[in-house]
Amino acid sequence: MAAEAPKNKVEGLAEKVHVWPYLVRLEFLCALFTIIGLTVWSIVIDAPLEEAANPTKTPNPSKAPWYFLGLQDILVYFDPWFAGVVAPVLIIVGLMLIPYLDINPKGNGYYTYAERKVAIWVYSFGFLVLWIALIIMGVFLRGPGWNLFMPWQYWDPHKVVALVSVDLPYAFGVRTYEMAMLFGGVVIIGYFALGTAAYLFVERKAIKAVGLLRMLIKVQLYLIMIGIVIKIVLRLGFNIKYVWVTPWFNI
Amino acid sequence: MAAKKPGIPSLAELVAKVKSGEIFDEIKKVIVESQIWTSSFRHGYADTPRNRVLQIASNVWLHLHPVKIHRHALRIKFTWCMGGITFLLFLSTVVTGVILMFYYRPVGEYAYFDMKYLQYDVPFGMLMRNMHRWAAHAMVITVWLHMFRVFLTGSYKPPREFNWVIGVFLVTFTLLLSFTGYLLPWDQLAMWAVTVGTNMARATPFLGNEGPFAEYVGVTPRYDARSVLLGGSLVGPPALLRFYVLHCVFIPLVSGALMIVHFWRIRKDGGISGPL
Repeated sequence: MAAEAPKNKVEGLAEKVHVWPYLVRLEFLCALFTIIGLTVWSIVIDAPLEEAANPTKTPNPSKAPWYFLGLQDILVYFDPWFAGVVAPVLIIVGLMLIPYLDINPKGNGYYTYAERKVAIWVYSFGFLVLWIALIIMGVFLRGPGWNLFMPWQYWDPHKVVALVSVDLPYAFGVRTYEMAMLFGGVVIIGYFALGTAAYLFVERKAIKAVGLLRMLIKVQLYLIMIGIVIKIVLRLGFNIKYVWVTPWFNI
Repeated sequence: MAAKKPGIPSLAELVAKVKSGEIFDEIKKVIVESQIWTSSFRHGYADTPRNRVLQIASNVWLHLHPVKIHRHALRIKFTWCMGGITFLLFLSTVVTGVILMFYYRPVGEYAYFDMKYLQYDVPFGMLMRNMHRWAAHAMVITVWLHMFRVFLTGSYKPPREFNWVIGVFLVTFTLLLSFTGYLLPWDQLAMWAVTVGTNMARATPFLGNEGPFAEYVGVTPRYDARSVLLGGSLVGPPALLRFYVLHCVFIPLVSGALMIVHFWRIRKDGGISGPL
């Protein structure tokens, strides 16, 4: 009997509480700790100020602000039109689309992994690996010439790195420009077509409930995300530069 | 017989009043019942349910809150408090930023030396600058964590889809605020980080001079997406002025407006999310 008393007490608590004082005091404490932390941090560590801006003196490496270093790192694997423009736009638009693509009604308003595994995996992979891990790499491991340096290595500005990468069609023995363009086009378009088809086939039972348009958009975003990883692996593991070279753009 | 005049109390009477504490009650009564006090504070402070409600509902700053919330919304383990901290850090950058604006001129010839002046000559200038910069960096981190929390709790699901979209705009504007501010110290770090960042704009498809299909549009290095951003073909004084105006006026106003919508929608969508 005595052991059950606390449970009854919890059940007896009102579902709603007054914001004053219960929430406001929490906010106040949070604000207090944040401001104290910020003040102490600001007293202890000075903001950097280097020598005056000089357009004739380019530092090596030149790095974007730290929060963009994930994107700057993608520049190793993609041309600027993708890494610097299309990728950020896709990230922003893709994030905005999340509520309209993920129509799983479960897990609304509480933590759950079991009820929405795919969603949690995709977001965590994108945020923690493709965004945060690349930022950490960009801040700490990228040195002169944007070469990789381990933390214990000297940032040698004259480090020689052999540029041995080739384009994917060349690696497959395609030697003429037109054929290479065709080859690359088939690979890229084939990747998206096959990926889409495979996804729709595997998830065919869900098409009616989820809607074809939703699934089509969702799989394109997945394929782009996976494609970025594939491109990184191709470059680092197999020295592949471009998959598709055209007169207008390279991928 | 004339009414008894309120005489001047003798010293002994006064000492007795102070000793008994009666005088403090009398002073409090005079203050609390004065016209100034009653016009400023519309309700008492005694801890009654009515006053708890009025404390929120009749205060312009606190009335962003509902007067009552679900008990689960108080759990820090659920909210991580990150949205509130992000807003607080934004307010900190507004306050410190306004102070910095008194000393800083966004002009190529002056900007860097104003920074030096701020750091070495202005009382608390270095501290203001540090707080502004670190709050801005911290805000980037807290807004990402807030977004991560909102994702993990599925709080973007109906009926809160629209507020998630507003939130994505706010994340973007947080980054843009930080990025435009990055140029203002006008040192090597600032100039080249912004050079790297804005160089991307010239690769914009169709609109950047080095981007795909640019040749069909006819953009040039002096007239494309990047030059619009910089007011020229490199990160020079016009870019400094542009970034200053974006940083201090345009983006804060837009972000502020979106924040109002964001907070408003939390309430209109039924308060912060929770198990149904």
